[in-house]
Amino acid sequence: MTGQPDPAGCYVHVPFCARVCPYCDFAVVAGRDELIDRYFEALLAEITMEPEAGPLGSVFVGGGTPSRVRPDLLTAVVAGLRDRFGLVDGAEVTLEANPEDWSPERAAQLARGGFSRVSFGAQSFDDGVLAELGRLHRAVELERLVDDSRAAGFASVSLDLIFGSWSESPESWHATVERAIAAGPDHVSTYALTVERGTELSRQVAAGAPGPDADDQADKYTVAVELLTGAGYVHYEVSNFARPGHECEYNRNTWAQGDYLAFGLGAHGHRKGVRRRNVRRIDAYLEVIESGQRPEAGTEHITGWDAELERAFLGIRRAEGVEAPEVAAALADDFEAEGLLAARKFEIQNGVIRMLDPLFTDAVARVVLGLAAPGE
Amino acid sequence: MTTRIRNFSIIAHIDHGKSTLADRLLERTGAITARDMKEQLLDSMDLERERGITIKARAVRILYSAADGETYELNLIDTPGHVDFSYEVARSLDAVEGALLVVDATQGVEAQTLANTYLAIEAGLEIVPVINKIDLPAAEPERVAEEVASIIGGTPEEVLQISAKTGEGIDELLEAIVARFPAPGGNPTDPLRALIFDSYFDQYRGVVCYIRVMDGTLGKGDAVRFMATGLLEHADEVGILTPEAVQVASLGPGESGYLITGVKDIDLIRVGDTVTRTDRAATEPLPGYQEPKPMVFSGLFPVEGDDFERLRDALEKLRLNDASLSYEPETSAALGFGFRCGFLGLLHMEIVRERLEREYDLDLVSTAPSVAYLATQVTGEVLEVRSPQDLPQPNALAGIEEPYVKVMMLAPSEYVGTVMELAQQRRGILGELNYLSPERVEIDYEIPLAEIVFDFFDQLKSRTRGYASLDYEPVGYRPAELAKVDILLNGQPVDAFSTIIHKDKAYVYGSGMTKRLQELIPRQMFDIPIQAAIGSRVIARETVKAKRKDVTAKCYGGDISRKRKLLERQKEGKKRMKMVGSVEVPNDAFIDALKIEDS
Ligand SMILES: Nc1nc2c(ncn2[C@@H]2O[C@H](COP(=O)(O)OP(=O)(O)OP(=O)(O)O)[C@@H](O)[C@H]2O)c(=O)[nH]1
Ligand code: SF4
Ligand SMILES: [Mg+2]
Repeated sequence: MTGQPDPAGCYVHVPFCARVCPYCDFAVVAGRDELIDRYFEALLAEITMEPEAGPLGSVFVGGGTPSRVRPDLLTAVVAGLRDRFGLVDGAEVTLEANPEDWSPERAAQLARGGFSRVSFGAQSFDDGVLAELGRLHRAVELERLVDDSRAAGFASVSLDLIFGSWSESPESWHATVERAIAAGPDHVSTYALTVERGTELSRQVAAGAPGPDADDQADKYTVAVELLTGAGYVHYEVSNFARPGHECEYNRNTWAQGDYLAFGLGAHGHRKGVRRRNVRRIDAYLEVIESGQRPEAGTEHITGWDAELERAFLGIRRAEGVEAPEVAAALADDFEAEGLLAARKFEIQNGVIRMLDPLFTDAVARVVLGLAAPGE
Repeated sequence: MTTRIRNFSIIAHIDHGKSTLADRLLERTGAITARDMKEQLLDSMDLERERGITIKARAVRILYSAADGETYELNLIDTPGHVDFSYEVARSLDAVEGALLVVDATQGVEAQTLANTYLAIEAGLEIVPVINKIDLPAAEPERVAEEVASIIGGTPEEVLQISAKTGEGIDELLEAIVARFPAPGGNPTDPLRALIFDSYFDQYRGVVCYIRVMDGTLGKGDAVRFMATGLLEHADEVGILTPEAVQVASLGPGESGYLITGVKDIDLIRVGDTVTRTDRAATEPLPGYQEPKPMVFSGLFPVEGDDFERLRDALEKLRLNDASLSYEPETSAALGFGFRCGFLGLLHMEIVRERLEREYDLDLVSTAPSVAYLATQVTGEVLEVRSPQDLPQPNALAGIEEPYVKVMMLAPSEYVGTVMELAQQRRGILGELNYLSPERVEIDYEIPLAEIVFDFFDQLKSRTRGYASLDYEPVGYRPAELAKVDILLNGQPVDAFSTIIHKDKAYVYGSGMTKRLQELIPRQMFDIPIQAAIGSRVIARETVKAKRKDVTAKCYGGDISRKRKLLERQKEGKKRMKMVGSVEVPNDAFIDALKIEDS
């Protein structure tokens, strides 16, 4: 990293969903579709309030379910960003989409309007699992998504999968991964179902319903890694796989502690060592912007050793690890790290900290975050 | 003049309303304004307020303008009702001439009602019985008055009826206190003899002694001697408790209050010692107190080895305020340096641990509680074994004896069968069955202390829907078939979990403990076998499987701060762990593992 800083990324949040999935803890609203137009006006206004930044390296329009809203609203956001900041040549512009919203016409309209990448919430190729996850699509609808999107002009297509729900057998997961590969995406994310606080799932589990099982998830994770890497995908982050050249640029930048702007409900940004987050309540968000102010809910300054630790804890999620010589030196002396090193869960080489078993990333991250600054 | 002084303790079974009655007495005599009043005002310790029980006896002086036109000085002591704290009650009784015996009108006479009544009779006190909670719909004051009269003598009509909640009957009670309790004796010109009935350590003032002057006068500035330890000091301050500490010039015979000498040398102050003046020293000390006999022993260890000295210091100071606590240094292979402490029961043990943690800011782990066994070695030598670690090897052991207690249980007659069944299961030997009235039975058993000390009381309560109560006292040692069960973590015996137990119950203990630990010990980087063994024979085994996954699925731009905080919190959680060999054991596991349900 010399000379010019990397171009910033940009996140745009679209919170509208048809209904709230039981495991979801994102900033979402269901049943408030009457606010959609007002929300997009607010988004465009928020974009103009952001201080100057150079051309953006990547844009990620996530949610929520952005694919539910009219394509012209989405492409207007891309245009708004381009007008305000500019986009670097070949900038990745991702849209998150739910399969039930997709059609060749929509796809073409979105591609024409500047989207180059689409990431589908496919989740599973097993209808039973889809039902348990509260999803509105069927497995058969997933088969054509990739081809249709490419035909419409998308340069990169990604599928998100969720494993480890209660009704999912090992065989079901195996089949899901195989069918996902057969669909031919450029990128696959595989997420262990997680019980987040405040979700319907957490209430069910608290009431005694069976929750995800860590061993089952470890097995399924291993299966996914084997099948996907066997099919030529590079396992480049804990939960992410890509064909060479198709890594998600927007996420790559956040794991490298790069800057990213953020717009929309509950969105988090990071610029020059300051993390800021937006309000999470939609009425507040709209009212604040409409009164001409930024909808900021808080900021946090990350500097010095703290920033270095954060860079390391983010960096170890990537396959290549993170070059952080001071952190690596402190880690090599740490008593707790010893056990993890001895068990070959991670390694330290020439100042680079790298996971050998990504399933233990948090164990290493906890040690990293507790390290004292050198000389303290 | 002592003729207008009355000293009394308020005694009762737990929850019969002693502290609430004290509230009313404070309120009615104007010691506390309505504005400053709160429920169970004398229960000032956080732990007392949280648990809603009295742990420490508290003395207060109030002034009462009686119907005869005179003002009386009343020194009252509110006492705890739980059986573990009966030593507090016993000590308070030596500082007073009367006992106000409170009985719940809905519950009637219970075990500590009897036990504390006997203590008061032994101490030669005048007893004034009071039936409380007559405001409750379920109150049966007439029936309870009969019960009370039958145990202390007198007629049911002499038993006062009050509601400490509504204040009904409090005026009559105050008059009865003045009329029926005797004035203390003692001569102000005699050599000083003052009994230390309690004490505590104040960070700024040093040791504060609560005293009852029996003879003579103690004034500020007097040179004093503590008769048992020989400590010589000056009375920097003397005062009374109203309940706030208020300085006075002197305390005369019959009066109670506090004494501060500024002494920092805390082991020279002992509850039960007699304070006299050096200018006219008394020759004979007061009888003092019997050392209480600890019933249960358990090791207390600091989580951080560095805190050993702080723990020693804390125990020393806490002992000033809790004379029933005893301790001696102990070393554990698993837990390092700590103390083997003696307690009067499990609640006492829990309270001591919590007070040490809160009042002295310590993190502690405690080991399996044990009673004291007598081990006869093949050499003929007899050892008192207070910790399973100290039990000689089987081949060096000729025999073991365990302590028995006489257990006195009071229950409504329909529960006699239930109570007997429970006592039988605990190897009890039936003593007497004694009908106090057609509805209420006293059931006496001799039971091994180890069988009752742990969850017997809870069992008794739950099987009798809260209607049975118990009291117990030691009756000596008897031979027993006992075994030492060791618990091994990852092949290493963890002395903290070892226990001595009846042979028939070893398997239940072993398998309960291994299962419990399997749930309590978080999965780690490797498989952790947990075994229970008698000698080299493994009787139960479980495994904590190696952890296979320790990663969050998602970490994107929006999650970074939250994720980081989560990881940092989890890291904090690890600090509440103790390394036992290479295994991380949560501190709480040392407590929770021992809560094995009765099977
Ligand atoms: N209805 C009613 N409740 C009462 C009365 N006296 C006490 N109580 C309640 O009984 C409970 C126990 O009262 P305490 O005064 O704490 O009893 P205690 O005897 O001091 O209890 P320990 O000190 O723990 O032995 C509390 O909930 C009181 O509010 C009364 O006269 N009437
Ligand atoms: S569709 Fe996606 S964002 Fe919306 S509720 Fe479901 S998981 Fe959450
Ligand atoms: Mg009380």
